[in-house]
Amino acid sequence: MSLLEVRGLTVTYAGGAAAVRGVDLRLEAGQKLGIAGESGCGKSTLALALLRLLPAGARVGGEILLDGEDVLAMKWGRVRAVRWAGASIVFQGAMHSLNPVHRIGDQIAEPVLLHGRATAAGARRRAGELLEQVGLPAARASAYPHELSGGQRQRVMIAMALACDPRLIVADEPTTALDVMIQAQILRLIEQLVADQDVGLMMISHDLAVLADTCDRLAVMYAGRVVEEGPAAQVHEDARHPYARALSDAFPRIGDPSSRFAPRGLPGDPPDPSALPSGCTFHPRCPVALDSCTTEDQHLREAGTAWRAACVRIGRDGPDDAGPARPREGVPSPGETTGPGKEARPRTP
Amino acid sequence: MTPSTPSTTALLRAHRVHVAFPGRRGAPDARAVDGVDLDIRRGEIVALVGESGCGKTTLARTLLGLVAPTEGGVTFDGRPLEYSGRSLKAYRKRVQLVLQDPSGSLNPRHTVYDAVAEGLRIHGHRGDEQAAVAGALSRAGLRPPERFFLRHPHELSGGQRQRVVIAGALVLEPELLVADEPVASLDASVRGEILALLLRLRDDLGLSALVVTHDLGLAWNIADRVAVMYLGRIVETGPVEQVLTAPRHPYTQALLSVLPEAPGDPVVLTGEPPDPSRVPSGCRFHARCQILAGGEAERAGVAEACRTRDPGVLTGDDTAQVACHWAAAR
Repeated sequence: MSLLEVRGLTVTYAGGAAAVRGVDLRLEAGQKLGIAGESGCGKSTLALALLRLLPAGARVGGEILLDGEDVLAMKWGRVRAVRWAGASIVFQGAMHSLNPVHRIGDQIAEPVLLHGRATAAGARRRAGELLEQVGLPAARASAYPHELSGGQRQRVMIAMALACDPRLIVADEPTTALDVMIQAQILRLIEQLVADQDVGLMMISHDLAVLADTCDRLAVMYAGRVVEEGPAAQVHEDARHPYARALSDAFPRIGDPSSRFAPRGLPGDPPDPSALPSGCTFHPRCPVALDSCTTEDQHLREAGTAWRAACVRIGRDGPDDAGPARPREGVPSPGETTGPGKEARPRTP
Repeated sequence: MTPSTPSTTALLRAHRVHVAFPGRRGAPDARAVDGVDLDIRRGEIVALVGESGCGKTTLARTLLGLVAPTEGGVTFDGRPLEYSGRSLKAYRKRVQLVLQDPSGSLNPRHTVYDAVAEGLRIHGHRGDEQAAVAGALSRAGLRPPERFFLRHPHELSGGQRQRVVIAGALVLEPELLVADEPVASLDASVRGEILALLLRLRDDLGLSALVVTHDLGLAWNIADRVAVMYLGRIVETGPVEQVLTAPRHPYTQALLSVLPEAPGDPVVLTGEPPDPSRVPSGCRFHARCQILAGGEAERAGVAEACRTRDPGVLTGDDTAQVACHWAAAR
């Protein structure tokens, strides 16, 4: 049995925005799964859905099996027991997720107390241990969030997530606002904790390179669906879906002459979840779209061993063609937006 | 419009710039910028990189005339910057700022037209305002410009908003742009488009740019020259190819080593940069330096110098330079 199995998950917000439109994922204990995508692709909604943290009015469908038990079918009491202890989330932006008027030690101790795992003194001791585990002195427990730097606050968030020995940790953009050196420190810490405690990690980010460096497997999301999923290094280096390739090209490899004075992006903008394009939702921005892409929806298909991608070109071009996204004909010239608004643009200006 | 001829004289020059903010309740001053020389030539894109708190934003604000240096000075086009209201206004026509977060730097109640025309109105533009706004929008890649005139920021995507901010900077036909983290708040796929725009503005209009960022990939994508800042000083500078592929300062080496996909073992520095009100003696990086800690500085016979002697201020020109006793001894 997998630690986490998501089957056919759909989330539609009260306003009609289809944020997640049928996602299947699987994560084993001790494994690290990266979820990549841009704002509005549904990756954070997915994280919130895992612990039923979505706002009232959001319609959720499908199954989320945590150790075989469907989170979506649980009674509230059970959900509360599972939060923190079964699965916990490290949110992005530690500044806003910590309570500014409580000492960090008390904030870390709170879930321990709520879950009845220790007495007040025991919870305080546990908070000190957890701080040391994430590389902060136990004496910092008496500090307030504003007395800590961004990296230290992120460490506190990780300590909180570990407080009740969860089986699954979901880290939503854990390093986004941090400097490269602090980011490296936090990623090392997360990797080490996953290895030591045999928990499952789901890490969400827009930076494919960081995910590929940290995770075993990688799923790339676009407009509420997984468009490519496979072994992390392969997805990053040789993406089959044109969107995954664009995302992986967005951050250049320093020293690579082909990206010098040649920043790469995609024309257009991510689609609005309440007004999705027809057919393959990526076709308005796709450099290699076919005519049929405007009408035919694409589902994941085999792209290699334990590797799937949702592009019509997979299988057509033969396995030797290194992905469908190489040719770039028919693309609006870089640096231009031809129409206002978030609506899908016609492919040819 | 200035033709993009490579010139040897600097358009903008910082000379021994120091900016100190007074400490509260008798605490020592925070030396945010602690002796910096930096030249930006016509048609040149310079990336100023460093971690948060290293003083890069303060230096950029000083170059814009928003902060007066406590020591040293800024010259533009050969003339020292004066801090009277009138001369600063004239200066800001020629040097424009592009801010980091387009959602925060656009007034939500102003239309795109008003946002871009604001600079023209402030500077009493006497020509065809509408033509100037349309020209700036289309140079920023918003075409056809008329379709954007009456839109409000909330109707635009993040990338389009950043283009509006850039158009607002371009409308006065400046000679230099100072861009503070121009793509940090944008989606990955949009980032490349905005960087391509900055490059094209340099090629088409001969614009110079100082791009302040913590993103070394951005420097690799668009900059001619890079200056690495640590705790108020530039510690390494030179052509991008040289500094980013063969870094000589241990700090630059460490920054590059922790990037994903970097070759070799990552050098993860512990701790965080020290407080600028307590700049260490000797080389300001020595307490965190992996070369000193690993004994290599000792073997090169410079360990004593690292702890006691300031490596000095690098000149602002385009030669490759490094403020490190160990690198100099090699």
